[in-house]
Amino acid sequence: MISLDWYLIVAAALFVIGLFGVLSRKNAVAILMGVELMLNAVNINLLAFWRYRAPTEPVGMAFAIIVFAVAAAEVAVGLALFIAVYRRFNSVVADDINLMKW
Amino acid sequence: MPTTTLLWLLPVFPLVAFALIVLFTNRNKALSHTLAVGAAFLSWLGAMVIFVRALQIGPEALAEHPIDSWVNWLPTGDGFLKIGVMLDPLTAAVLFFVAWTILMIFVYSIGYHNFGQPEGDHDKKGLPPHGATIVDEHGHKHVVPSVEPMYSRFFAYIGLFAFGMYLLAVSDNLLTLFVGWEIMGLCSYLLIGFWFAKPSARAAGIKAFMTTRVGDVFMLLGIAYLYKATGTLSFQDIFKPEMLHALANVDSGVLGLSAAGLIGLLLFIGTVGKSAQWPLHVWLPDAMEGPTPVSAMIHAATMVSAGVYMVIRMFPLLKAGSANEAFLSPLVVMAFIGAFTALFAATIAVAQNDIKRVLAYSTISQLGYMIAALGAGSYVAATFHLITHAFFKALLFLGSGSVIHGMEHGVLHTGNHDVDPQDMFNMGGLAKKMPITFWTFLIGGFALSGFPVLTAGFWSKDEILSSAFLGGHPVVFWTLAVAAFLTAFYTMRQITLTFLGEPRTKEAEHAQETPWTMTVPLMVLAFFAVTAGWVGIPETFPGLGGLLPNWFHHWVGATYETLLEEAHLVGEMAEGHSLVPLMTSLTVSLGGLFLGWLTYKDVKSPDPATDPLKRWLGPVHTVLQNKYYFDELYQVIFIRPAAWFAEVFTFRWVDRGAIDGTIHAIARAVFDAGKALAYGFDLPVISGAGDLIGNTVRSFGRAFRVVQTGRVQDYMVAAMTSVVAFGALVYYLLVFAH
Repeated sequence: MISLDWYLIVAAALFVIGLFGVLSRKNAVAILMGVELMLNAVNINLLAFWRYRAPTEPVGMAFAIIVFAVAAAEVAVGLALFIAVYRRFNSVVADDINLMKW
Repeated sequence: MPTTTLLWLLPVFPLVAFALIVLFTNRNKALSHTLAVGAAFLSWLGAMVIFVRALQIGPEALAEHPIDSWVNWLPTGDGFLKIGVMLDPLTAAVLFFVAWTILMIFVYSIGYHNFGQPEGDHDKKGLPPHGATIVDEHGHKHVVPSVEPMYSRFFAYIGLFAFGMYLLAVSDNLLTLFVGWEIMGLCSYLLIGFWFAKPSARAAGIKAFMTTRVGDVFMLLGIAYLYKATGTLSFQDIFKPEMLHALANVDSGVLGLSAAGLIGLLLFIGTVGKSAQWPLHVWLPDAMEGPTPVSAMIHAATMVSAGVYMVIRMFPLLKAGSANEAFLSPLVVMAFIGAFTALFAATIAVAQNDIKRVLAYSTISQLGYMIAALGAGSYVAATFHLITHAFFKALLFLGSGSVIHGMEHGVLHTGNHDVDPQDMFNMGGLAKKMPITFWTFLIGGFALSGFPVLTAGFWSKDEILSSAFLGGHPVVFWTLAVAAFLTAFYTMRQITLTFLGEPRTKEAEHAQETPWTMTVPLMVLAFFAVTAGWVGIPETFPGLGGLLPNWFHHWVGATYETLLEEAHLVGEMAEGHSLVPLMTSLTVSLGGLFLGWLTYKDVKSPDPATDPLKRWLGPVHTVLQNKYYFDELYQVIFIRPAAWFAEVFTFRWVDRGAIDGTIHAIARAVFDAGKALAYGFDLPVISGAGDLIGNTVRSFGRAFRVVQTGRVQDYMVAAMTSVVAFGALVYYLLVFAH
């Protein structure tokens, strides 16, 4: 078996890439994609720790499935939000939605 | 009714009339004069009852035990100042003439102020009435005399005046006398300035009040000194031999006078003011600005008589004060001033052309006679002349008022208002037009001149001349004799110019006799002017002496006879009777009358420059006519400095400059301090602090709000950074700090 560390590194790398995407992409959908990446990275991390530390427990798997479901729901909600925003501002560029500016 | 109640009531009636007229009946002329004359009548009635009762008691008993009644008035430390009334022989005699003259003047005033006549065309309150135009049944317009606009006010004022005089006459102490004295001073101001819209009348009123005030101040000093020395002001207490001796023996420290002497001198100065003796005589001629009944009242019946009455009343004190023969002892001063004034005023009177002014100077002169009589030591003679003078001078003044009314009738008829109805040179021939006035005036004039036997003035003047001669005062005697000559001269001048000959102007031609309200008082007073002398015929008079007892001398003399004897103050009267005074008196009186008639019987022109005396005397006449320029002298010495002091020093420098200046400076300083505080402290410091706090908060806010960009990604960056930082911190604390 390869060591746990490699899975953690991959998860971390994915997380950081996703974070970078969230922080730097202009398009709101791309930001959502970055969020998805982060969530998947977290999932990998979770599953790696389950498989290597307590493989017999079903709790790891259950947790991962909940994360997936939440991610999916969250994307649905996010997209609904973006559609509403698009109807209002005619644009999904994150920088343009700054009504809460002082 | 007990006599003391009557005495108290005498002043009260006119006072009540005054109050009622002022408060209630001012608009109703008839009611006002009824109240006033009614009050005068009641007081007259009371005075007559008192007089009869006094006669019944008899002079010696009355002198020994005067009827007295007093009340406590003002508390002073351990005693009281009192108001009181008294009846002694002198009071009874004074009340007699005061009551008659006041009543006659009150009745006369009704006619004088033209009661019953229409209101004037353009009469204003404060100016003498000017006449009313009426249209008779044929359509002819006539200008008739109009009724005085301030009719009721006049009666109110003379009511107050009567109150003052009655109060003075019945008073039993110097304080009550002084109160009456001052009330009359006020009334003289009010009445002389009665026609207040005339500047000359206003000035004359002030002049009268101020001049008599000068005298009053000294009189008050005398009263104060008397009170301090004796503790009492009541006549009964002062006129005791012990008291007089005590006052005569104390040195006052002034000019070698005893206390009695100084008090007497100070009181006499009050009389100099009130009775218009030189040098305070200047107010009396100007007082002719008032209506003629006022002149009669002030200058005959009441006010100037009050001055002489006071010194007669205080005679024992004056005599005691002159015992040590100091330089300015009261009797010597009085003899000098009295005789001097008598001659001085008589010389001025011969050069006056206004009918009332002649009488004014005549009054001053006759008062000088009375004062000189007192100075010569005979208070009985002074009282006698006081009483006869009151009657004939009141008669003369009222008569002159009647003449002026008659002349005004003429002036209204011709419409020529440039003609002065009071100038004797505009008159003439009035004997035919105004017979009653003429005969009564003649009787009064003869009484003034001392026409022998038939007039009262002769007897009283003769008594004064005799007492001066026999008392060893030759200078006084001859001065008074010359004055008597001049008196007769100017009186006959006056009568000749006014009544005899032919009318010199159209106005005199149209003169008319005056109504009964004016002529009846003249006749009553003329009766007294003839008969009042016969109560005092001296026993030593050749022929008539001894036929009638000298009631007057007996009566008034009893007042102080015993007191003067017991106090050893009786003067030495030369025994024996000389005919010199009598002969002198006859000569000057008849000679003066004849010469006056002779000089003036041929004056035809109304121009006063044709006065024969002007030719004889030349420039001296001008000096006399200008009254020796005393008014001008006083103007320069006293009036102008006083006016300057009031206007410049007190008003401009002290009041506006110093006092107002200080106040304004304080105001400015306070204002400037306030402004400094406001702009220097309140605004920058206190407001500034508040503003500073606000501004600071705002600048912090401005600085920090840049964090809120409204962009989600920026918030995410911030969040991530914080997570990293917190994570590091927690990692450090949990892993390394343990």
